Amino acid sequence: MTLRPPVSDHDHAAGHADAPLTLVEYGDYQCPHCAAADPVVRAVQKAFGKELRFVFRNFPLAEMHPAAEPAAEFAEGAAVQGKFWEAHDAIFAWSRRHGPESLGADAFDAIAKSLQLDGASLEADVSSHRYLERIRNDFNGGVRSGVNGTPSFFINGTRFDGAANVEELSEALRALL
Amino acid sequence: MSILAAGSVAPNFSLPSTPDQRVSLADFRGQVVVLAFYPADWSPVCGDQMALYNEMLGEFRKQKAQLLGVSVDGVWCHAAFSGDRKLHFPLLADFEPKGAVARQYGVYRESEGVTERALFVIDAEGIIRWSYLSPIGVNPGADGIFDALDTLPAKGSRP
Repeated sequence: MTLRPPVSDHDHAAGHADAPLTLVEYGDYQCPHCAAADPVVRAVQKAFGKELRFVFRNFPLAEMHPAAEPAAEFAEGAAVQGKFWEAHDAIFAWSRRHGPESLGADAFDAIAKSLQLDGASLEADVSSHRYLERIRNDFNGGVRSGVNGTPSFFINGTRFDGAANVEELSEALRALL
Repeated sequence: MSILAAGSVAPNFSLPSTPDQRVSLADFRGQVVVLAFYPADWSPVCGDQMALYNEMLGEFRKQKAQLLGVSVDGVWCHAAFSGDRKLHFPLLADFEPKGAVARQYGVYRESEGVTERALFVIDAEGIIRWSYLSPIGVNPGADGIFDALDTLPAKGSRP
């Protein structure tokens, strides 16, 4: 399974573009497995430092998780305010603390306040679905790449089929260094 | 019998989709049909697979393709599963005689009495253009389906 489309400037990426390793996650903000994988990714990022670039793409299962798409829209809005990763981390942290079913307008308000984001503008982003097309493009690219559930990871363009824990992810990454 | 391969005529069928409705393959002549056999409602992998396809109905529509799910579960089981997962495409009950359609397509598992996890893309003339037998425990995703849809002749609007 190969990543289509490849990572580009349009992606949300943490780390250097010329890092030897790129880890791409297709994730759903209301998926409990994604929330659980979030600290795993951060541990891997810490362990690999400059050698690793991490990219997050949206894969909201909107029918199953009604807040997944609004959460993705919220994070995209936060990106325009320069705080994508802060919002991304805060949404997953909220989900781990309060449960994924508690995500919704109140949670987004609280997160916007804690990150000192312009809440009114974010609310408008979510309700006008300004970034929905981008989110759906992420989703469709994921389908084409063989994403069959969340989270799905790709390492340097190839799907990682191991367990989403620090040991297995690190081993797969190290093998490519 | 092994899974029907590309180039075979898709056997026609008529199966219940709800307690009072039946769906026939012939109903969709002139349209592309994606037929997804799966072992059982409610099992974790099937749920994920059907949930994934449910999110892609818009893409299937763009490709003018109709998605149909098939398992040996009965109509009431399908109704409960479909309602719980908010599925917006028909689930057909290959229930009586059990697995008869799956057998015709070469995707029945005698040992467990369920259908294989198998995908078919059937063109507007009723010819199988692509088929895929997935390992039963693996959600095959949808990349193969879309690759197959891409190879079909241009789907202009019909006169």
